[in-house]
Amino acid sequence: MKDVRITPIKNGTVIDHIKPGMALKILPLLNIDQDYNTGLSIAMYVQSKKHKLKDVVKIEDKELHHREVNRLAVITPNASISIIRDFKVVDKFKIELPKVIEGIVRCENINCITNGKEPVVSKLVRAQEDPVKFKCYYCGRIQNDLEKRII
Amino acid sequence: MSLKGRDIVAITDLDINEIEIILKEAERMVPAARGEVKNDLLSGKILASLFFEASTRTRLSFETAMHRLGGDVITIAGQEGSSLIKGETLADTIRMAEGYSDIIAIRHPKEGAARLSATFSRIPVINGGDGAGQHPTQTLLDLFTIQQNHGDISKLHVTIGGDLKYGRTTHSLSLALGRMGARMTFVAPKRIQMVDHILDDLNRMDASFEMAYDIKDTIEDTDVLYMTRIQKERFPDVEEYMKVAGGFRITAEMLEPAKKNMIVMHPLPRVDEIHFSVDDTPHAKYFQQAFNGVPVRMALLHLLLEE
Repeated sequence: MKDVRITPIKNGTVIDHIKPGMALKILPLLNIDQDYNTGLSIAMYVQSKKHKLKDVVKIEDKELHHREVNRLAVITPNASISIIRDFKVVDKFKIELPKVIEGIVRCENINCITNGKEPVVSKLVRAQEDPVKFKCYYCGRIQNDLEKRII
Repeated sequence: MSLKGRDIVAITDLDINEIEIILKEAERMVPAARGEVKNDLLSGKILASLFFEASTRTRLSFETAMHRLGGDVITIAGQEGSSLIKGETLADTIRMAEGYSDIIAIRHPKEGAARLSATFSRIPVINGGDGAGQHPTQTLLDLFTIQQNHGDISKLHVTIGGDLKYGRTTHSLSLALGRMGARMTFVAPKRIQMVDHILDDLNRMDASFEMAYDIKDTIEDTDVLYMTRIQKERFPDVEEYMKVAGGFRITAEMLEPAKKNMIVMHPLPRVDEIHFSVDDTPHAKYFQQAFNGVPVRMALLHLLLEE
């Protein structure tokens, strides 16, 4: 018998194949905080076929759009999104890294002007494909380990 | 093609054609830069020269350039002369300065400061050096000096020596030379060799370059020897610094096997990298290079502000 840890949802969004341990970190990026009062299920470190371990988040009665979920790529680039209506998957897509990441990740250069008290949000722009690399729009520094510097 | 109203934050903001336009305009500016002819192209215009960090050549040549074009200058020299020390943000300082002037030249100790200024300013911003980041006008005057002495840059072999890891000058210069098709040799002690992200960029543009560890190996075959200062603080102890720095000291004797028209350049200030004996050789072009800061910055000011 299939081991069902979290039950299917009727309407909403399922974020699957999240990097293990990252489920709680993605919630603030989706503006889901203590005021969120619709159903939310989180499974962490569960077995998957593709990846050895994964996290899964199910958000009831909320359909996430491509632009909203692409922000998650910083934390979990391989996650997939399913939009559910009446228990059926009506749309399924992979997260895509955006061309510009604004206000999500701090620049790794501690001497960058954006790490001071200036009235700007951080802005990283895609500088290279395969492997994808971002650089700071302001100081030009190529960025590593983005997930370690989430604001 | 017009550069009017543009910001110049990094050398990569300019394409090769635009660089050529600036260098041509700089050539036109030389007599006025020397004070041989009077020029009032920017009469009635004001340059805000915002130097939040020490600078001799860059600030003076920006201000000279504006005066030589008949324009006026307002200046902040050092943080203590500004409201930054009272806690004002750079963004606010810039929004104030744009109300007082027509163009801004800025140097700031933080990387990204010039780009941030350009974001907040409605008037053109020229980066005069932001921390360890970009210094595009230095690159332009370097290219101008090379072109004045050799003509077509694409046919040249340029040896760049000294501190290639931390030296911002060598980073933007090599990216520009790579785009213009010059062949380059990077000569530095392993600890301070050219950084990977610049080498990656050069590879992406199919630039021709190699690495070397001794200037003597490349001197016969080079057209331009571009030296930079090796800083003591980059080494764990004085002994190691002395050992390394000794091999990077150019003397007139070392230049004997060089081509007759080989030029020696240095962004200055120099410490021990170029011995005074080189000053009297026809190879020495570093003072011409420093002077060239004036016509090149005149060209930029004029092109960004022209009617």
